[in-house]
Amino acid sequence: MSNRYADRSHVVKVIFIVVGVLFVGRLAMLQLFSPKYRELARQQSLRPVTQYPARGFIYDRNGNLLVHNEAVYDLMVVPRMVDKDFDVDYFCQSLGITPQDYADRMKKAKKYSQYAPSIFMKQISKEEYAKFENKMYRFKGFYISQRTLRIYDRPIAAQVLGYVGEVDQGDLDRDAYYRQGDYIGKSGLEKSYETVLRGLKGKKIMQVDVHNREVGPYKDGAFDTLPVEGMNLYTAIDADLQQYAEELMANKRGCVVALEPSTGEVLAMVSAPTYDPNLLVGRIRGENYAKLNSNWGKPMLNRAMLGQYPPGSIFKVAQAVTALELGVITPQTGFVCDKSLVGCHNHPSARSVQEAIKMSCNPYFYQVYRRVIQQGKYKNIYKDAQYGLTVWHDYMMRFGFGQKLPIDLPRSGMSTGNIPDTAYYNNPRWYGRERWAFSTIYSNSIGQGEVTVVPLQMANLAAIVANRGYYITPHVVRFYGPDSLQDEEYHTRHETGIHREYFDIAAQGMYDVVHVAGGTGRRARVDGLDVCGKTGTAQNNRDDHSVFIAFAPKDNPKIAMAVYVENARGGGGSWAAPIAGLIIERYLNGEVKRKDVEKMYREINPCQPPLPPKEKKTK
Amino acid sequence: MYQERMKIDWWTVVLWGVLALFGVLNIYSATYSDGQMSLFSFKAFSGKQLVWLGAAVLMAVLILFTEPRFFSNGAYPIYGAVMLLLVATLFLAVTVNGGKSWIEVAGFRFQPSEFSKFATALALAKYMSGIDVEWKQARTKLGALLLIGVPAALVFLQHDTGSALVFVAFLLPLFREGLSGGILVVGVVAVALFILSLLVNKYILLGVLALVAVFYLFVWLNKRNARDYWRTLGVLAVCAVFVFSVDMMFNKVLEPHQRERIDVLLGKSEDLQGSGYNVHQSKIAIGSGGFMGKGYLQGTLTKADFVPEQHTDFIFCTVGEEWGWVGSSILVVLYVVLLVHLVNMAERQRSTFSRFYGYSVASILFVHLFVNVGMVLGLVPVIGIPLPFFSYGGSSMLAFTMLLFVFIRLDATKNQLY
Repeated sequence: MSNRYADRSHVVKVIFIVVGVLFVGRLAMLQLFSPKYRELARQQSLRPVTQYPARGFIYDRNGNLLVHNEAVYDLMVVPRMVDKDFDVDYFCQSLGITPQDYADRMKKAKKYSQYAPSIFMKQISKEEYAKFENKMYRFKGFYISQRTLRIYDRPIAAQVLGYVGEVDQGDLDRDAYYRQGDYIGKSGLEKSYETVLRGLKGKKIMQVDVHNREVGPYKDGAFDTLPVEGMNLYTAIDADLQQYAEELMANKRGCVVALEPSTGEVLAMVSAPTYDPNLLVGRIRGENYAKLNSNWGKPMLNRAMLGQYPPGSIFKVAQAVTALELGVITPQTGFVCDKSLVGCHNHPSARSVQEAIKMSCNPYFYQVYRRVIQQGKYKNIYKDAQYGLTVWHDYMMRFGFGQKLPIDLPRSGMSTGNIPDTAYYNNPRWYGRERWAFSTIYSNSIGQGEVTVVPLQMANLAAIVANRGYYITPHVVRFYGPDSLQDEEYHTRHETGIHREYFDIAAQGMYDVVHVAGGTGRRARVDGLDVCGKTGTAQNNRDDHSVFIAFAPKDNPKIAMAVYVENARGGGGSWAAPIAGLIIERYLNGEVKRKDVEKMYREINPCQPPLPPKEKKTK
Repeated sequence: MYQERMKIDWWTVVLWGVLALFGVLNIYSATYSDGQMSLFSFKAFSGKQLVWLGAAVLMAVLILFTEPRFFSNGAYPIYGAVMLLLVATLFLAVTVNGGKSWIEVAGFRFQPSEFSKFATALALAKYMSGIDVEWKQARTKLGALLLIGVPAALVFLQHDTGSALVFVAFLLPLFREGLSGGILVVGVVAVALFILSLLVNKYILLGVLALVAVFYLFVWLNKRNARDYWRTLGVLAVCAVFVFSVDMMFNKVLEPHQRERIDVLLGKSEDLQGSGYNVHQSKIAIGSGGFMGKGYLQGTLTKADFVPEQHTDFIFCTVGEEWGWVGSSILVVLYVVLLVHLVNMAERQRSTFSRFYGYSVASILFVHLFVNVGMVLGLVPVIGIPLPFFSYGGSSMLAFTMLLFVFIRLDATKNQLY
């Protein structure tokens, strides 16, 4: 405890006092002896004005405009600035509102703030604004703030494009860029490309005179920042095809996903029922949002990405090539159609993989899956099944199943689907460790049981067969901005690691489905086109879902797709297949010649209320 | 055991209360244009600050009822706990204004870095009051450096450079306990050289330094030997290396926005969009206050729309604009009176622990005052740290109050030894 340095307290005190004197002196300099600052302050009645950039446009693959902007005007008011002898009647007349309305709006504005501007009337159209623009000078305290609204040029692709809405508290907390009242993409491309589309806000500092009139930019705009316009998106969507597919899916529930297999580009993505995206714009948004949100058909849901459906028999294609690659069957392996194993429809027994795909034989794929699961590596059947399932799960993941494909749409609006693995069945809440084997999980073989797949993944499966073994991650946007920016992910090939020759067999089988007698998907046939497809009839607790995946032409395919019609009371061959055929015809031939067929499928709604339980069948 | 009656130093308490309440009044004024909410409305910043002040009063009362032994015995555990919290912050932080120093607990956000100064002051005081601790020993210096360096580094890692800088404050209490005054001088010289070498041609600067050396050797000293030559030459060499490494430090170590802020201060750049705008605006606002100011709530320039962070780091502008030279000078004087009074209080302590802690409190408050007001007046680069007891913010209000009242409590029974 030394007090040797007690004198040093004086040094410390002197430091404190010197700094205090320094500050008081500096204050005197600024406040008493430099008129410069007072002069600057006198001139400087400034009003910072945010300048909103125009949001980027969205185009389709042929350069057709899908989304653009239109100017609208917000009428702002600073309550304190409004004159006492303000002519309310004249004002209301000009604006087309009642005095009561005026009083209500004014009350609301005053409640927010007497001094700060608040929105008196939102989103006045150009035409309305033109009517009272020249009278504005008479309304002291009111001024106009320009904004832009989204206009959707065609009422299509609502769930893909998404919508724009006012920021909420979560957005404000997440990103300091936004201010109360700003707009932000809430779903679809508007959300996933928000930072590309939004641009950068600018700030203008205006000098204001004693009457609060803007007299010009402060310091010739030295402090201003210019807004940077948002970048345009150039999507892969074919607007005509999208519209055609939406028309075919009208009256129905389900979805269509069409891809270009060689690039992974999304040509069309339909989710039915759908809505006109213009409903969610401007002053009518709130009301319409509530209506759409409570609609039983859930039109705002993008079924193509959010729906997790049992795939049904389309899943057999992936089983066939996996089993061939594992060497547990050969292309010439045949199995008897033994309906005691699993139900089937009436058809001759398949003598090869190709025939099995054509006829969609359930017992055949029961046997195939048994060979995958029971590979005989372990004596214990439980351990053997564990091994087999692990190998199988690994292959299924390579097809993009059981995971969110990194498409350029919001990940929150996307499901993974389910490919059960050993952990899934070992969970005591399911079967538990060593309490399951092939006999408990065989339904997976025909795309039922615990397996669920997202329609986007189904279309991707079609693309994988079309490419004979690989896929490029599906994406909606081809490039964006003036420099045609692209994401690396959307050039990368994802290989399944399965030999091309096995996919040739699967493709041949899918060709037979549509073109050879006894095939299950013959209604997908289009004269002059080599359509390859696979039907599926997915059981669920209501009517069967009708499923079809397809690609065409067989060699050098240009389109790969999946059609899913919910509760269609009929197999994949009866509803999904003909719709796929029409879409392929429209895309490859540019027009549909079969007008009668087109009319029929456009008008009929097969989605019917549930029926009593029926016999179990899968096609 | 001898029980000393508590003698609370009411002057300090009153000064604290005056500063805090004046702060609330000015926060209300700075955010006034946002609407006409009452001073007490919990939606307004002033209302929220009043709630924080209430919480601070409650905490102060609790501290005054705590046995002082708790603080000396608990110094290391408190320090340890706060360090753990700082480490946790690195992983759990929510990003606010680019910084990562905030964590959220049960819906409340707070800044552990604010409490790290208090914990470090306690631990260092405990350490320096050890029976076998002699400042001369290298071991002691190393230990003290570690105690200060760890929290400073952790706060720095949270991208809160300003708060990390505050740890420099501990040089003053250490100086009082025997740290060579030379270090303070070297520090001042280094800052001066740093600034000069950014402004002046380096060769001219070195020439001047050489002239000073020659003057020192041949005019100042009337007797000189070989050692004097070598020593002078050595110092000159160190200065030269320092001057030439300034550019490297400036460009490689500092982040772009920090370089910009220094350039703005030195008048080399007019960063009109960024921090330059803030300082420019705040100088105009203060300058427009004149001798008597525009009057309470009458300010027009110091509203949130013009100067961001008006109610937090730039609150002093509001005082300058609305209360003028008289008001802002009185505020500065109040702070200086508090600081000098704290030093006097520290000197009357019987234990090294209390004395050291008292010096730490005064020094931490001083660095905050110096950096914050210096920044607003354009004397120090823009470094965002709050004005103690005054700026809006719950964490800083609670942390500064805790820092101060623990000292008031220690002082209240100063004749006891802990």
